[in-house]
Amino acid sequence: MTGSPFLDSLRWLGDSAHWTGPGGIPLRTLEHLGYTALGVLVAALLAVPIGLYVGHSGRGKGVAVAAAGAARALPTLGLVTLFALLVGIGLTAPLLSFVILAIPSLLAGAYSAVESAEPATVDAARAQGMTEWQILTRVELPLGMPLLVGGFRGATVQVVATAMLAAYVGSGGLGRYIFQGLGSQNYPQMIAGSLLVIALALVLDLTLLLAQRLTAPPGVRAS
Amino acid sequence: MIGFENVRKEYPGGTLAVQDFSLEIASHESVVLVGTSGSGKTTLMRMINRMVDPTSGRVHIDGDDVTSLDPVQLRRSIGYVMQASGLLPHRTVLDNITTVPVLRGTAKREARTHAHELMEIVGLDAALAERYPSQLSGGQQQRVGVARGLAADPNILLMDEPFGAVDPIVRAELQRELQHLQRDLRKTIVFVTHDIDEAFLLGDRVAILRPGGIIAQVGTPQEILADPADDFVSSFVGADRGARTLHVERVDGRDVVVDADGRPAGVLAASGDRSAGEGAADGRTRERSS
Amino acid sequence: MTWVLANLDVIAGYTGSHLLQALPPILVAFLLSLPLAKLANSRGWLRTSVTTTSSLMYAIPSLPLFVLLPGLIGTGVRSPLNIAVALSLYGLALMVPAAADAFRSVNREVLGSATAQGYAPRARFLQVELPLAGPVLLAGVRVVAVSTISLVTVGGVLGVPSLGMLFVDGVRRGILAEIAAGIVATVLLALLIDALLVMLGRAVMPWTRRQGARTP
Repeated sequence: MTGSPFLDSLRWLGDSAHWTGPGGIPLRTLEHLGYTALGVLVAALLAVPIGLYVGHSGRGKGVAVAAAGAARALPTLGLVTLFALLVGIGLTAPLLSFVILAIPSLLAGAYSAVESAEPATVDAARAQGMTEWQILTRVELPLGMPLLVGGFRGATVQVVATAMLAAYVGSGGLGRYIFQGLGSQNYPQMIAGSLLVIALALVLDLTLLLAQRLTAPPGVRAS
Repeated sequence: MIGFENVRKEYPGGTLAVQDFSLEIASHESVVLVGTSGSGKTTLMRMINRMVDPTSGRVHIDGDDVTSLDPVQLRRSIGYVMQASGLLPHRTVLDNITTVPVLRGTAKREARTHAHELMEIVGLDAALAERYPSQLSGGQQQRVGVARGLAADPNILLMDEPFGAVDPIVRAELQRELQHLQRDLRKTIVFVTHDIDEAFLLGDRVAILRPGGIIAQVGTPQEILADPADDFVSSFVGADRGARTLHVERVDGRDVVVDADGRPAGVLAASGDRSAGEGAADGRTRERSS
Repeated sequence: MTWVLANLDVIAGYTGSHLLQALPPILVAFLLSLPLAKLANSRGWLRTSVTTTSSLMYAIPSLPLFVLLPGLIGTGVRSPLNIAVALSLYGLALMVPAAADAFRSVNREVLGSATAQGYAPRARFLQVELPLAGPVLLAGVRVVAVSTISLVTVGGVLGVPSLGMLFVDGVRRGILAEIAAGIVATVLLALLIDALLVMLGRAVMPWTRRQGARTP
């Protein structure tokens, strides 16, 4: 309780007791990663096919854009607490909010990826005799891949933050440290937990940023 | 042979692109559809490979109604060259040329060998094979477009203003090379343009279209120039402005051909010069004005 | 519904403090983004680094930022100023790249002809460049507004009064209606502010109105 809370939080992070056992940093980090991966994956299974369809056919674009926009207004904490009360403790409640909040980014990423191909290029591909599936997989997707990865990036950032808030209603993950610290007035622990969440978020964001750069199609200059 | 029978195309929303169009195009013939925008020329051409289906009427190829054919297979059997090339920006020149053969199941190695031959035929340096389209000049891109159109050795080649986006000097070069190619390959070519000079240069026959795909006149360039069907055609080919009425004036001991305004169009070849200027007196190049 | 009717005054109170926390950061983000975006556009490397910094800033979850900021700027964790600074940072992270795009979207030839007509730099910016960048700027502000109003709720877990308190209180006492009311109120507030921004945009940029929009 003496000295700067930042120094105390570094001391907290350096304490080997916090690096082992079920409540240790490595396991909490893995938990957090697991939540994020699961949430983004389930959301992707739903949103990416719909987004690709919307982008390729142009049908339902208005609905998709409106849905993606409206979902941005949804308060994360509200969803997390709502499902906690509705569904109870367990993985289902937080997962529901992860999926709902990850869908808009993925949907927008998928349809803008497909749409980003020049209409003339798509027209030429069709005139050469490509099937619609071949146009999607060999022309539109390779050209729009960075935008699709961008959708995953946005969704990941969103779910990392939501997974942290889910600890408020009893989930695991790195958010635990913050809320335990909040409950016991342990400010250094809150700071330590915050630093860990931020580090995780930045590492994931940078990784996906790199993936975005790497999936840029050859021959197309980055705009 | 390609046949259009009373073809009509109405787009949703009521735009009438083509009213009632009939035309027969013989095998190995090159026919140019020429008209301003709104003449339905591109729409008509795209009916041949089912990029557009007519609202009513029939399009047939060698007797088969195209609507009875699978569009994907049909398109793979017909070469298509478009304005601004439409190349896949994320694939190399060689991969672009081999697209259709590979789609049709030709072994990759074989397709690539053939693609190298095609590059030579259309006048592309072999060193460009692994370049991406964005690394080529406009003229080179169009050459790749032509090579791609020829890659599956189609009987029919559709060309949608293929030289519209390149500068005049390169365009003239590409037009000349297409003439040479056609002399060897004898494809059935349907060519769309708004440039009447290009039409007269490249078409065995030319169809001049009014808005709505109405044929104002169809015939060989000579027939059209000799006897324009009406004022629309006269004005379209420039006969009304005197650009097509040429006469000979003697300048410095040579016969200079000038149009009605006195602007020179060329020099009349002496009988000994004939072999040098290929086709100089076949009734077409002689009349190139501008 | 009974809960909502019985607690209308509570909801109204939280809505008020919610707005008080949300509006200043939206305004600050907009005003600061203009010079920052102009500056960023002046150098290629600067624009790249601004874009990257912004996207990384936006990747930082809000609660950890609320927790860390007091140590950096000397406010209390529960201070509304703390929340306001954090939300302004998020707003800037969204708005600076949007404003940079907006200024880049303005036709260079129009600017050139304005200069040729004799606009001084300041007048050219205020009377030509800013209005022409307006539609893209407005799109950016709308995103900032909606996102900020949603983010304010997170302060609830720290005890900062806002509609987020309805979630915290609702889950503690097990009142589903309270949480639902919080979600609905937050979304409605966001939609309301968004609609006001659209109307404001039409009022100050009459040339962007669709033709025939006012035919009876």
